[in-house]
Amino acid sequence: MCGIVGLFAKSSRVEEKFGQHLSAMLIEMADRGPDSAGVAVYRNGVPEGWTKVTLCHRQDPAYDWDVLAAQVSAWLGETVPAERRGSHAVLRVPAALEKLRPWLDANHPDIRLVSAGTKIEIFKEKGHPRDVSKSFQLEDINATHGLGHTRMATESAVTTAHSHPFSTGLDLCLVHNGSLSNHNRLRMVLERRGIEFQTDNDSEVAAGYLTWRLREGDDLETALKAASRDLDGFYTFAVGTRDGFAVMRDPIACKHAVLAETDEWVAMATEFRAIAVLPGAEKAAVWEPQPGRVYSWNREGATVSAPEFAL
Amino acid sequence: MVFDLDETELREVNSRLQAVKPKDNMRDFLLSNPRGKHNLAVGLDADMRARIDGHVGFYCAGMNKRAEIVVNGHAGPGVAENMMSGTVRVRGNASQSAGATGHGGLLVIEGDASSRCGISMKGIDIVVAGSVGHMSAFMAQKGHLVICGDAGGGLGDSIYEAVIFLRGKAASLGADCVEKEMRPEHRETLERLLREAGIEADPAEFRRYGSARTLYNFQVDNADAL
Repeated sequence: MCGIVGLFAKSSRVEEKFGQHLSAMLIEMADRGPDSAGVAVYRNGVPEGWTKVTLCHRQDPAYDWDVLAAQVSAWLGETVPAERRGSHAVLRVPAALEKLRPWLDANHPDIRLVSAGTKIEIFKEKGHPRDVSKSFQLEDINATHGLGHTRMATESAVTTAHSHPFSTGLDLCLVHNGSLSNHNRLRMVLERRGIEFQTDNDSEVAAGYLTWRLREGDDLETALKAASRDLDGFYTFAVGTRDGFAVMRDPIACKHAVLAETDEWVAMATEFRAIAVLPGAEKAAVWEPQPGRVYSWNREGATVSAPEFAL
Repeated sequence: MVFDLDETELREVNSRLQAVKPKDNMRDFLLSNPRGKHNLAVGLDADMRARIDGHVGFYCAGMNKRAEIVVNGHAGPGVAENMMSGTVRVRGNASQSAGATGHGGLLVIEGDASSRCGISMKGIDIVVAGSVGHMSAFMAQKGHLVICGDAGGGLGDSIYEAVIFLRGKAASLGADCVEKEMRPEHRETLERLLREAGIEADPAEFRRYGSARTLYNFQVDNADAL
């Protein structure tokens, strides 16, 4: 089970109501994943040299983020406000992640880095998607594009850290519908190459795998195709990037996926009913992505790759 | 009789459709605003007509008996799954496993069908005006699958006695599926299926595929496997 959704705004009207649309899509997929839910949204970019991070506290969902913000401000000599959203907070920091991360680890080991980049914000939590959406006030969010996930846990615990999306690098994230069978072995291989994991979750290994490939210089399409060779299991992946998102199904198309496009948006979902909540969905072009191909969208347009291998 | 699925619960609509008896006056139904809902018009069991205006979710028209069902849109996975008789027509595309395990009746898909079309079919006739995805007619036992376009890889893998008519090309044939001679009786069957489906296509352009029958016969060499 599990449900995934993605939305890419092509008009300012959709950007302004982005949160309402993505939240409606997420809630429509609640039957497929009532255990936890999460979204990655891309919005409000930071200037060159700055980093935007989403943080959550490992134990205390009511943690006072203003305390942290004051300490970061004192450390950097510049006012850094914390924008609380549910159990998470977004900080826009005038420093690179390489500088911020060691400081956070040293001074606040209880604070977990959920996402980092220039535009990305990730909010994820245990509970029914409707409650998760409400707790993060997702409906208020405007954004250019984003992904969402509803989880029905089948192979590891239900915690915030086990929830999707998983960060896979600066401004990158992954949501996964399916399950992987060689993740334990692959996690060991990736850990030896310096990839860190926060959980024993299978999807996090897929995220870590992509982080590794991208770090080694692959572009996203090459990294996803390498994943289809090295990951054993079944999956539909959606990957969020700074400028858009990409979708790939496993080579035998075990998991459902549907894509749709109008003049105002591009959407993907595990089931069409999650797309049906969008304005003009009944007139959208609707199609099923073919197995093993990478479908991607960004501001320049859409691309579809050749299949990595076919039956 | 019209049901607006924005107003009426799906379960209430299906119960009403399933309650139709052979000599009822009201045997014509229109369902609007399906918005990708699952299990629409399943388990119908009467000479009746149901039209659905819009895209439907999973398992639409499943287990159909005798009813004539039209989907004016695309259909999600498993449309007309395990159909027994009657007709189901999808005006758009159908997702995976269309007509899976169907025992009888006619399923017409005017667009493309995705992977595993007619998987384990047991007597249903399926006519696809477009193309089908990979592993279509996998373990198909009985009935006909007519494909006016192309087929994905592994067509007819481990097929039993179902018959495939393919106009375009198959990316590959599955295990034990072979091309067979198109004799006059096969062409007659194909002509009838295309006519019943209302699909314009020249039967002379099709090839017939079926089982080489090397997989499922008892062979004494395999006795140890029992």
